[in-house]
Amino acid sequence: MPQIFELQVNGQSHRVEAEGERSLLSVLRDNLDLTGTKYGCGEGQCGACTVLLDGVPTRSCLTPIGGVGRRKVATVEGLAQNGRLHPLQEAFLKVGAMQCSYCTSGMLMSAFALLQKKPQPAEDEIVRSMNGNICRCGTYQRIIAAIKLGAQALREAGR
Amino acid sequence: MNHFDPLPFALEPERYELADDPMFSTGVDRREFFKTLGCGLVVLFLLDSATAQQETGGGGRRGGRGGGARPTEISAWIHIGADGTVSVFTGKAEVGQNARTSLTQAVAEELPVPPDQIKLIMADTKLVPFDMGTFGSQTTPNMFPQLRRVGAAAREALLDLAAAHFQVERASLKLAEGAIIRPDTGAKITFAELTKGQNLVKSVTDAAPLHPATDWKIAGTSRAKIGGPDYVTGRHQYASDIKRPGMLHGKILRPVAYNATLTSVDTRAAAALPGVTVVHEGDFVGVAAPDSLQAARALDALVAEWQTSPQPSSQDLYAYLKEHVTNGGGGRGGGQNAGSVTEGLALAEIKQVATYNIAYIAHAPLEPRAAVAEWTGDQLTVWTGTQRPFGIRGDLAQALGVPEERVRVIVPDTGSGYGGKHAGSKYAGDYTGDPAVEAARLARAAGRPVRVVWTREEEFTWSYFRPAGVIDIASGITKEGRLTAWEFHNYNSGGSGLPTPYNVPHVKSQFHATAYPLKQGSYRGLAATANHFARECHMDELARLAKIDPLAFRLLNLTDPRLRAVLEAAAKTFGWGASVPRPGHGFGLAGGTEKGSYVAACAEVTADRQTGAVRVLRTVTAFECGAIVNPDQLKNQVEGAVVMGLGGALFEAMEFDKLRITNPRFSEYRVPRFADIPTQEVVLLDRRDLPSAGAGETPIVAIAPALANAIFDATGIRLRSLPLVPDGLKAPA
Repeated sequence: MPQIFELQVNGQSHRVEAEGERSLLSVLRDNLDLTGTKYGCGEGQCGACTVLLDGVPTRSCLTPIGGVGRRKVATVEGLAQNGRLHPLQEAFLKVGAMQCSYCTSGMLMSAFALLQKKPQPAEDEIVRSMNGNICRCGTYQRIIAAIKLGAQALREAGR
Repeated sequence: MNHFDPLPFALEPERYELADDPMFSTGVDRREFFKTLGCGLVVLFLLDSATAQQETGGGGRRGGRGGGARPTEISAWIHIGADGTVSVFTGKAEVGQNARTSLTQAVAEELPVPPDQIKLIMADTKLVPFDMGTFGSQTTPNMFPQLRRVGAAAREALLDLAAAHFQVERASLKLAEGAIIRPDTGAKITFAELTKGQNLVKSVTDAAPLHPATDWKIAGTSRAKIGGPDYVTGRHQYASDIKRPGMLHGKILRPVAYNATLTSVDTRAAAALPGVTVVHEGDFVGVAAPDSLQAARALDALVAEWQTSPQPSSQDLYAYLKEHVTNGGGGRGGGQNAGSVTEGLALAEIKQVATYNIAYIAHAPLEPRAAVAEWTGDQLTVWTGTQRPFGIRGDLAQALGVPEERVRVIVPDTGSGYGGKHAGSKYAGDYTGDPAVEAARLARAAGRPVRVVWTREEEFTWSYFRPAGVIDIASGITKEGRLTAWEFHNYNSGGSGLPTPYNVPHVKSQFHATAYPLKQGSYRGLAATANHFARECHMDELARLAKIDPLAFRLLNLTDPRLRAVLEAAAKTFGWGASVPRPGHGFGLAGGTEKGSYVAACAEVTADRQTGAVRVLRTVTAFECGAIVNPDQLKNQVEGAVVMGLGGALFEAMEFDKLRITNPRFSEYRVPRFADIPTQEVVLLDRRDLPSAGAGETPIVAIAPALANAIFDATGIRLRSLPLVPDGLKAPA
C-alpha cells in the first residue's frame, strides 16, 4: 500500500507517495527526478547508486524508502552550492577523471564521505574506501588523483 | 596528405562489424535544411564512391530491407546559423571515448570559432546523415578528417562572402575567431552577419586538401571532455534517465535457460494487478507498470512453462570448439600463408608447440542496456544507448512492422559500450534481444511511453560476449633466435590481429569458425586480444628457450619501424634490462599492432607461489596512432584499456552450466577495482606525419601477454589460459 513519506533530500523536504518497499534509488529517480544517482547492479556491488544518509555512504538500490526515516539524504545534485561546483567536482573535471562518466556520481558521493571523515587520506585509504565503486572505463588512477586534488583544495579553502 | 587514399593497413571485414546490410535513408531532404535549421550556410560532406564502399563494408548495398540504391552519399554536414552557432551533424555516438570532444576539435581547427560555439548533434536518426555505427576505431580515421574538410570548406565560403561584402580581394582578408577582418580599414564582420539571410549550400569531398597536422592549433591539444560540468553535477541524461509524460516501466519475461522455448504462459494474475499491461506476442512476453517495483511483481506473477535443451558448459567449452569446426579455415580474418611450415620446422633448431585458451567475457558497461519508447500516432521515437542508431532503427522497423521513416532513434551520450552495445542486430540473434524493441512493443500495447532498463543479471545473461577460443601454435627458430616457421590456428575467437608482424619465411595463420554455445559478438579490440595473447606469450616462450632477452628476441625478428618504436619506448621508460626483478617479482613485455595503431606494454608483477596471490605493481604502455588529436584524452583511453585488459587477463570469465550463466552478477563476475590497479605510465608517440588512427581498442591487446610473461618471470609457471589467475596462482595441471 502506498504511504506518504517525508524525505529530506539535499536540504529540502519532499512529500512522496510510494510503497515502503520501493528502493530509495527508484524514488529519487522516478518520483523526485533526481536522476544523477544511477542504477548499476541492484546488489550494492558497483556503487553507482551511492548517496549519503546522514553523511554515511549508502547503496540506495538496496535501501527501502520505508527505512530512510528522518535521515538526511544527500545526492550528487546537492554537491554544488549556489551554482558553484564543489572542489571535488572541480577536481574531477581538472584531472579528467571520467570517460563515459556513468560512475561519476557514485564516485563523487563516496569520495565526499571519505573526505568528511578523513580530510587528508593516504592513497591506501582512498583505495580501501573507494573499492566498492566500479569504473568500468578504468579511470581509477585519475579518480585517485582527483580525490587528492579535491582534498587539497578543500584544505586550502578551510572547509 | 590524403586520408582517403587506401588506408595503410587492411580493414578487416570482421564478422561482427561492417557486415550488416546498411539500411540507408537519411530522411533528410536538402530543401528541408533551411526550413528546420533556419537560414545560413550549410556545408555537406559527400563521400566518393570508393570511400562509401569502404565505410559500408566493401560490399556496397545488396538490396535488402529498404530496397533500391543508396539515396545519398552525404556523411556529415555543418550549419552556421544567424546567431553564429555552428551545428555539426554526425551519425557517430558518444560512448565515453570522447568523440564529441575530438570531433569538435576537428571543426574548430579549420573554422576558427571557439569550441564552445560548436554544437555537435550526434546519433539522432532524424537529424543526422546515415552512419554504419560507432565501432572499429573508425571515428578518428574517417569522421575526424571529414569534419575538418567541412570546416575548411565553410571557412572558404565565408571568405567568399566577406570578399563580396567588403568588395575586396579575398586574399587580403584575415580570419579571426568567429569573424573576418579587413586589415586595411580594421572593419570586421562576424560569421553570423555573413550568413544572415543566406540559403547557401556548399559541398566538399575527400579530395579537398587539408593542412598538415604539423600546423594544428586546436587539434593536437589536450581539451577537457565537452559537457564535463553536466556529468559531475548529475545533470546529463543518459538513455536510462529519460522520462516522458505518463511513462511506464517495462520488464521482460526471460527464458529459464538458453535454448528454452516457451510452451505455455498464464498472464491472468499479472494482468489483474493494478496499472499493469501484459504483452504476449509470439515468444515475447513483457509487462509494463507505473513503477519498477510493480513491474517486478507483475513479472513474478507470470506463470510460464519452458522446454529446455542442454548445451555445452564452460567446463566442456574448449574441447567443444575444437571438435566443432564449421569451415576449413583460412578465408576471413587476414590469414597468412607463405612458404612451407613443414620446411620451416625442418630448418628449426628449437621448436615449440603450445595451446592457448580464451574464455568468454562480458562487456559489463556500467549503464546497462536501456531504452525509452514513445509512440505518437504511427510515429515511434526511441531513446537508447547504442553504437548503431541506424541499425537499431532498422531493427525497430522490422520488429514492429513500421516503415523506417516513421522511426526515430536518439542516442543520448551513453554510459559506455566497449563494442557491447551494437545490440539487436542479426548476429546477436532475435530482435527481441534489445531494449529498444522491447520498450517499443510494450509502449504500443500500453498506449503510453515505456522505459526498459536491463537488470545487471539480464546484462550478464542476455547480451552477447567476446567469443571464447582456442589457439594452437607450432613454431621453430634457429639457435641464434631467428624464426623459421610459424603455424597459428585460431578456433572461434576471431581473425582480428591474426597475422604475425614478425619476419618468418614459412608461415600459416588461420581462423577456423566453429559452433559455439553462447551468443557472441563485437568487443573492444575483437579477437586481437586473444591473438596477441597467444602470439606474444609464445614469442616469450621461444625467447626463453633460446636464452635470449625477450625484447632483443622480438627486435631480432621484426622490421616494422612503428612496432619497433613502441617496444623500445615502453622498454626504455620501464627500465627494461636495467635491473633484475626482486625475488617473487617478475617483468613481462608484449607488443602488437591492429587497426593502424601500435602498442607495447611492460609490466611488473608479484606472484606468491605459496599463497597464490598475484598483484600487478606497475605497467608502462607505449602507444602510437599517428597524429594525436587530444593527448590527454588519448592517455585516458590507453589507461582505461589497460585496466579493462587487466580484468580479462587475470580474472574475468563467464561461467555457465548446460543451461545458463552461473555468475551473472558483479559479486560473482570480478571486474577490476581500485585495489587491482597498478601504477600506470603511458608513453605517447606523436607522429604528426601520419594520419590519425583510432585509439579506443588497440591499447587493450598487449597487457594480457605482458602479465602472463611477467608471472612466468616471477614463478617459472607458464599460464596459457585467459583468465590467468581467476582463483589465484596455481601450477597448471
